[in-house]
Parts: sequence; structure tokens; C-alpha cells
Amino acid sequence: MNELPQQLVNGLLLGSMYGLVAIGYTMVYGIVQLINFAHGEIFMLGGFGAITVYLYVLPDGTTMWVALPLMLLGGIIVAVLAAVGAERLAYRPLRSAPRLAPLITAIGLSLALQQAVWAWYPEAKESINFPQIEGGPFEIGNVTIQTGDIFLLIAAPISMAVLAYFVMKTRTGRGMQATAQDPDTAKLMGINTDRIIVIAFALGAAFAAVGAVAYGLKYGQVQFRMGFILGLKAFTAAVLGGIGNIYGAMLGGVVLGLAEALSTAYIADIPGMAQFGSQSWADVWAFVLLILVLLFRPQGLLGERVADRA
Amino acid sequence: MRQRSLIAITAALAAGALTLTACGSRDEGNGGSDAGSGTTVVIGVDAPLTGDLSAMGLGIKNSADLAAKTANKEKYVDGITFKIEALDDQAQPSSGQQNAVTFVAKKDILGAVGPLNSSVAESMQKVFDDAKLVQVSPANTGPTLTQGADWQTKKVRPYKSYFRTATTDAIQGPFAAQYLYNDAKKKKVFVIDDKKTYGAGLAATFTTEFKKLGGEVVGTEHINPETKDFSAVATKVKNSGADVVYYGGEYPQSGPLTKQIKAAGAKVPVVGGDGMYDPEYINLGGSASTGDYATSVGAPVEELPSAKDFVADYKAAGYKEPYSAYGGYSYDSTWAIIEAVKKVVEDNDGKLPDDARAKITEAMQNVSFDGVTGKVAFDEYGDTTNKQLTVYQVEGGEWKAVKSGTYSG
Repeated sequence: MNELPQQLVNGLLLGSMYGLVAIGYTMVYGIVQLINFAHGEIFMLGGFGAITVYLYVLPDGTTMWVALPLMLLGGIIVAVLAAVGAERLAYRPLRSAPRLAPLITAIGLSLALQQAVWAWYPEAKESINFPQIEGGPFEIGNVTIQTGDIFLLIAAPISMAVLAYFVMKTRTGRGMQATAQDPDTAKLMGINTDRIIVIAFALGAAFAAVGAVAYGLKYGQVQFRMGFILGLKAFTAAVLGGIGNIYGAMLGGVVLGLAEALSTAYIADIPGMAQFGSQSWADVWAFVLLILVLLFRPQGLLGERVADRA
Repeated sequence: MRQRSLIAITAALAAGALTLTACGSRDEGNGGSDAGSGTTVVIGVDAPLTGDLSAMGLGIKNSADLAAKTANKEKYVDGITFKIEALDDQAQPSSGQQNAVTFVAKKDILGAVGPLNSSVAESMQKVFDDAKLVQVSPANTGPTLTQGADWQTKKVRPYKSYFRTATTDAIQGPFAAQYLYNDAKKKKVFVIDDKKTYGAGLAATFTTEFKKLGGEVVGTEHINPETKDFSAVATKVKNSGADVVYYGGEYPQSGPLTKQIKAAGAKVPVVGGDGMYDPEYINLGGSASTGDYATSVGAPVEELPSAKDFVADYKAAGYKEPYSAYGGYSYDSTWAIIEAVKKVVEDNDGKLPDDARAKITEAMQNVSFDGVTGKVAFDEYGDTTNKQLTVYQVEGGEWKAVKSGTYSG
């Protein structure tokens, strides 16, 4: 049986999740040139926000059709509050400091958030089961799509469309673009850049929370360390796509996801490559791809605007 | 250029952060044994007390604590009070080695129980051996630990201070292969492992025996234990036509793995070793884990008459966490140290000799008693003489024993 279509779907789904988280990296970077390393933990907090709504707010046995939108809302609220709080307390005081200072703060914040959830969330010492949507899976030809993945398939394009509309058509969105191009001039033109920065953090967190709910539905569990590896992957996706470019984040995510799925499936079939083809090598191939892209296009796949600022 | 160098710095920091997480919090409080009058002998316990494998690690710590408390209550060794000092290795070899160094440096520590992972044990063995401090692992199953790197052709015991109460993968893997081929009538297997000492070793001994019996290996995969997405692997399993999957590794990965394999449409059981035999596996795998198998060392603790007291005492002691897969073995490992201490003290007119560590390590070789898991004694390599194994299957959300036996080559 030909497994290529299934592997493409596997990669696309994984990549869409990377993309959702990558948006947060890319927007914050585009505007304040800060790589918010705590973003993976914002993603994790989104997942815990959603599970908290399910476990402690909603009555037992609430159907997922009611629970899911509320969980999504809960996740977004927690993630946004955490991101805005982090911006306020950890990044804003350091805005005029050398670039390295907020970066180190970000890593410290990331570890602190992880340990805080581990220490204080009642069940976080082990994986917490995430509620699942009933029914499915769906077979289209010889491609199987899990019920939990339907959410991701719908949420990823909608999120992108909402974001594109916001950035291109609204006043605040145009303010973001202006701030990204030149914060000082934007300020002179009467744009409240502090507010724009907060909005960039909040938006990125909201998308990360959508990604976290997708993660929970896809893998059936959340745990306090879920943000670390996924955050690194999403950061990689953002760089691959061209950091600072929101379409690039999504594209980079999908390319990364496809690289992981296809390398697991096919590298071993290439003569002489049998020992480099297993899933444990998927990350290696993903990073080989990243290095190749950066060698030939240092600005990333779609990253033109960042290049002319450098 | 500024921005590109920022990205380079960031990447370097990211790599640093990856290693940093390996050493987060440790030392989650010590098991508080009662210290009384007379001499106090401290037994170090090293196990993963936090992180994914903490369910097993905490079971080990609590059971060791129970053994020390029982010995104190019975005044098993005259004038000696036992105390546990537990350190967290987070299933990381580097942390394990640091803990071993810590134990060695404390003069009142005369023996160590642990660790859980064979890969962690590898990093500790030399540290303990140099100090002549005895180590008894309740859970390591990697054959090289006791029989050297070339154990398949020429057995050489590398460290005289290392003992274990769990039997090895040299027996566990083939035992599973025999059960699957002969009893469950499975002929085509897909073998997956996590590339760690334990997982890869188990998968290898399984594969050798399964092929010898006439079975076919239709695919192999190595997974990265840091990830949760096994969809690409699951698709390969489905398309391979395998009628069973053998997994060498531990439950934090095999739980999600079984879920994703079944979801991909491969309705075949996933089979693993003792690293998978934990209630948390069923929790992680959900209903997808029904029908899966795992082998574990020894006979089921609950069914052994010798274990009745242990199960009751454990319950009475009120530990928060269950004793898990290695509770019985951990109790026996601790008790073996207590027996060795008793022998040494009795030979030295009721008090500890100056070279207590070396004497205790020596005495361990001849320790023999009826423990929780059956007869506890060690062969010339430091391996347990008890070669019993059991196959368990997930049924109604619980592990149920389906077959116990000893492996016959």
C-alpha cells in the first residue's frame, strides 16, 4: 500500500502545530527583535488553562461540543495573561538593555514557569489526560484522519486567516507593521508602540493556546514539559520560514513537519542510509534542512523584510 | 548582521537550555526513617523521583524506606539503626553519577539501592566500586552491567560491588519472544526501540530469539524519547503487515506509541518489557492499550505468599505513591544490604568494623534469604539466582498476569 499520502498528512498536521506556535516567536521578534524563549511555556500554560477549565470549572461529563470552545477560551485567557505579564515584568524593564539580557531573562522565565506548574498544579507531576472528541477516525482513500486532528485541520487555516486580516486590514495591525519597520518613526507618527508590543505578545500567546489545545486533542495528554521541545521546534520553524514573517512561520512549520514525517518514512529506503532513517534521526534531518535553507537563503524562506533591516 | 548573530547566540543558548533542564530540582525530601540510639547505618537510594519515570522511582524509594523501618522495628541488627537517604537521578546518567559521588563522600552510607535505569547504573558502577561501596539495583536489566560488554561470548564481571535483584534482558527478551511465537501465535513482528541501553538491549535479545523460533521481523524503528509524535512510525507499522509490535523502552513513550499505532489503524498488540509494566502505561495509552503485553521480572508480587506482608505493611505505612513494578525488588535489595550489615556486625563482635564498606560488599556475595519476590541470592556475576518471569496483559484497564515461568534457553 502506498503510504505517501498518509505521511504527507502526518507531516502537515505536525507542521501546522509548529506553525501555530511559531507565529508567536515571529511576531514578537518582528516587532521588538526579542526571541521570546518562554513562548514554549506560554504554549504549555495554554494547555493547562484549557485542562483547568475542563477539570475544575465545567461539570463532569460535559459534552465536548460545549466544553471545547470554553476550554479554548480558558487556554487563550491563561496564555495571554501570562504573556502580557511576562512582557510587563520581564521584558519591558530590559527594553533598552543589550540584546542578550532579555534573551537570558526569557530562558530563566521559561524554566521558572515550567517549575511553577510542576510544583503547584495539582496533577502536573505526571501527564494529565486531555479529554477527547468522540467518534472517528475518518478514512479518505487510504488516508486516516483522527478525530482529534480535525480541530487542528480547521483551526490552523482559520487562525492564519484571522491573523492576516488583523495585520493587513485593521488600524492596530497596520500600527504593528509600522512599528516592525521602524519603532522610532512609528512613535513619532503617534503610534503607541508600548501598546503594539503588548498586542503582539497577546496575539502570539492566543495562537500558542490554540496550538496547545490541538496538542492535547492530538496526543491525549498535557504535561509541564510539553512546551520545551515544541517551543524549540516552533522557533526553528520561525527561522526556517523567515523570522518576522507571519506567513513564513506557518510555511516553516509545515516544511519542518513534512521533513520529520518524510525522513522517518523514506530515508531508510535510500541504499546505504538504513541506519540514518529511523524516527530518532528525524530531528537531525530537520536541522540539516534548516542549515541548507539558511546557507542559501540566510533570511529564511519568506523573510525579506527582516533582511533589509539588518 | 546583528540579527543573524543574535540567532546564532540564541541557538547556542537553546542548546545550553536543553542540558539545563536535565538538572532542575532534585532531592525531594528524604524518606524519614527513625533514627534511634546506637550506630546509624545509612542506605542511599538513587531513583528517578521526578519526571516521567517517577511513578517507578517513588515506588523504589518508599519500598526501601519500608525495609529500613521494618528492620528497625524488629531490631533485626543489634545496636544498628537503618536510615534511608534518597537522591533523585531524573533518569539521567549524569545525575546518577553525581549522586553516586555524593553517597561515596558520606562516611555513614554503607550501601546503595538503585538505580532504575541501566543507563544510569553504567555511570555509577565505577564510582561505587572504587569506594568499595555495595550497590544493589532492584530494576536494572541490562546484561552488560554484570557480565561485561561481550556477555554473549565471554562473560566477565566488571565490578565486584554491583548486585541486582532483577533478572536480565538476556532472559526477558527471549522469554517474550517464546511467549509471542509459541503461545500467542504471532509470526510477524515490527520491532521499535528508544536506542537507550535498556530499550535497545531488550529489543536485540528479543529479535534474536524471535528469528531463531522462525518468526519474521517485518520492520524496525528507533524512536526519539523526547518527542510525542509517532504518527510517521505508526503509519509504517500499519503498512508493514505486522501482527505484533515489540517495543524496547519505557512507558512514557510506549503509552502514546500504542495509542498512535492503534489510531493509525494497526489493530495489533504492542509488547514490551518491565519498563512498560506500570499502571501509568494504561493511563497514557487509554483504551488503545487493551490487549497489549509486557513481561516483568519475577512472579506477580500480589500472588506470592512471601509478598503478603509486604503489600499489607506498605499499605499500613501510608505512602502516597503505589509500590509500582519494582517495590518488591527494592525491598529485597534493601534487605540484602541489611543482611550483609548483620553478618559483618556479628562477625565483628557486635559493632561495625573500620573497613565496613569493603566487608559489607564481600558479605553481599553470600547473602541468602527468603524475600518478598522469592529466594534472594546472587551468582558469581552479582545477578539474582531467581530467574522467574511473568507475562502480563492489559485487560479492563489493569495488568493481569497471563503466564509465569522461567526461561529455558
